[in-house]
Amino acid sequence: MSNPRKLSQETETVSGESVELTMAGHDILFPKLPYDMKQRAKDATHNDQLQEFVNSATRMRDQLRINHCNDVFGDNYDKMRELAGSIKQHTLDHLDYYIEQFIDNATAAGTVVHYAADDKEANAICLEIAKLHSAKLVVKSKSMVTEETNLVHDLEAVGVETIETDLGEYILQLDNDAPSHLVTPMIHKNRASVGRAFARELGVEYTDDPKELTQIARRVLRDKYRQADIGISGGNFMIADSGSTVICTNEGNGRLCTSVPPVHVAFIGIEKMIPSRKHLPVFLKLLSRSAIGSPITVYNHIMTGPKRSHEADGPQEQHIILIDNGRTEVLKPETREMLRCIRCGACLNSCPVYRKVGGHSYGSVYPGPIGAILTPVFKGLANYKDLPYASSLCGACYEACPVKINIPKYLIKLRGDLIGGKHDKFIDRIFFKMWAMSLKKAWTYRMAGKFAGVFLRLRAGKSIKNKDPYLNRGWVKKVPGPAAGWTEKRDLVTPPTKDFRSWWDEHQKQKGGK
Amino acid sequence: MKIDLFITCLADSYYPRTGIAVVKILEHLGHEVCFPKEQTCCGQPMFNTGYKDDTRNIARKMIDVFEDSDIVVTPSGSCAAMVHENFETLFEDDPVYLKKAKALAAKTHEFILFLTDVLKVDLKELGVQWQGKATYHYSCHLRGIGIEGGGAKIVDTIKQVDGLEYVQIDKPEQCCGFGGTFAMKYPQISGAMVEDKVNCIKKTEADVVICNDAGCTMNISGSCERADHPVKFITLAEIIAEGLGLLEPEHV
Repeated sequence: MSNPRKLSQETETVSGESVELTMAGHDILFPKLPYDMKQRAKDATHNDQLQEFVNSATRMRDQLRINHCNDVFGDNYDKMRELAGSIKQHTLDHLDYYIEQFIDNATAAGTVVHYAADDKEANAICLEIAKLHSAKLVVKSKSMVTEETNLVHDLEAVGVETIETDLGEYILQLDNDAPSHLVTPMIHKNRASVGRAFARELGVEYTDDPKELTQIARRVLRDKYRQADIGISGGNFMIADSGSTVICTNEGNGRLCTSVPPVHVAFIGIEKMIPSRKHLPVFLKLLSRSAIGSPITVYNHIMTGPKRSHEADGPQEQHIILIDNGRTEVLKPETREMLRCIRCGACLNSCPVYRKVGGHSYGSVYPGPIGAILTPVFKGLANYKDLPYASSLCGACYEACPVKINIPKYLIKLRGDLIGGKHDKFIDRIFFKMWAMSLKKAWTYRMAGKFAGVFLRLRAGKSIKNKDPYLNRGWVKKVPGPAAGWTEKRDLVTPPTKDFRSWWDEHQKQKGGK
Repeated sequence: MKIDLFITCLADSYYPRTGIAVVKILEHLGHEVCFPKEQTCCGQPMFNTGYKDDTRNIARKMIDVFEDSDIVVTPSGSCAAMVHENFETLFEDDPVYLKKAKALAAKTHEFILFLTDVLKVDLKELGVQWQGKATYHYSCHLRGIGIEGGGAKIVDTIKQVDGLEYVQIDKPEQCCGFGGTFAMKYPQISGAMVEDKVNCIKKTEADVVICNDAGCTMNISGSCERADHPVKFITLAEIIAEGLGLLEPEHV
């Protein structure tokens, strides 16, 4: 197979049918900064296909999560989340200790452990390993942190063919697209577009049958595993007291990537640590149920060191690259909780905003609610001013999170940080200042309310039909100023002529009269 | 018992009938209702937008107004959640008000939950009779006071109303897209969310939507009005008051 990234700019299939190519993969996750999400969000809300797929897939998985977790954990579901959250929080509180312990134990088991301060360092270490082994072909399992470092791009730039082996990621790679979900990366694509990409890039006959497509991918990928010089993986967990790495996959590709090629390189964010193997079941029980509503991931692979002399399988050499890339910044006490994330994607599945805008609207590697709080801290708040505000703060993410990250709380915190950094609009600042001032006294509050009422009722005109002074509300079709966005999509109700206080006074008089 | 009413700014100005219903029901049950007139707003609009300092002054006022209250009842899950979840985060550096904020949270109740959990009222036993085909909109901020997953608990209460034909809405747990300033700053996203909600309401073929939070009502009813979908919005408090003969049914 030729390099898919280079070929995918073609705009016609073998059948001559025109293809709608998505944005180049890289630009989707690494847009021009500062990032303005409004255009992509607007496009997404007008994209019927995306609306249908993302909506149905996320809702199905969210419902499966709820059903499975309630079935298994019952009233203890919340306690499980509390437990998982507290294990992660404890580990993060003592991360320096656990990282040292992990390095000692992994090294003792024969693994070479590297530490990378940022994306460039991480990729440079990997390129060096590739060079040492004169690598020509790399197979890779799914890993969000390698999306963060843009690893595939850097490997291919030096002529190392790098194949994504997770089926979803493989399809995205063929189509020069980018993941839009942490767990189900091609949630935004349909079968037909997969069929077209396969026909175009692999030269096979067009089919949109999922089984056939899977078989084609399997056939192509099997050979790649055998030929590969290096296998690259991410890591779901690192176990400090044994120096082990855990990867959880459903397709078995992770196991092939980490055991067939002679060299295995794991890219892992430093926050993926847990203290001991005894803590692992808590997360294995929660991870897959939270992610896709299945009892457990199909392949749970615990690796400690490379192949030993008496073992038949496994890599001869194993490297782990511990990656910081902004994590120590997030580790400061006021945002530390964010690093508990185990990348299950439950917050995306439960999020009504994600369901409408899809993953690419977040303009970064990490989409959805968790991305909306992580990305601004990773990449600079001023670069992602939309993300903290593009949420209704409904709290569905917090309810779904298996490690109890209070995402709405952090969205509000980041909003406060934007204001503290004077990133808010002057008119907003004055508006809220005046509103807040009017609320200090009941009479100014009431006067402001009356004033707004008169203004709105004048604009509502003939729409006021009810005669009851406590119900005679009308509708405004259009308002100017900061509230214009409201009437862009819906009518604005007016207050009735009399407020509750008027009734209360009358009520007291009547009672006194009795 | 003596119950102090926190009306909330939106119910005060926009939906006074909700407050009227709450007072009439509590008085009907033999309780004394007081309305501290210096009250204004819980400060949630500023808090959620990120104006923490402005919120702190408003929260302080709210705490002062209700300092001597035994019980505070409010017809809004959202405002109750603001007091429960967020007030204490405003006073991390002010031990005096932190203590007061916690005390206010401990005695503040959302009206329907106060009725069912504290007063142990069963609407069937109380004799609430109301005719109509209704669905229920779960307001997300009920999560902040412990009501999760689409509000099955509130639905159980609604089903106690004699004569009410209840129809379940699709995606009950999904937010309507209000989110305060979110609806103004991101009309495209918020608009898509509320359109989704309106479509779910249409599918129920209900004549009435029971919605206990004024913010959601403003948003969804405004979208129904724009879509020309004739459906009436009412709070459960109003249904109970009508169902007990304490309020005349709404006339148009």
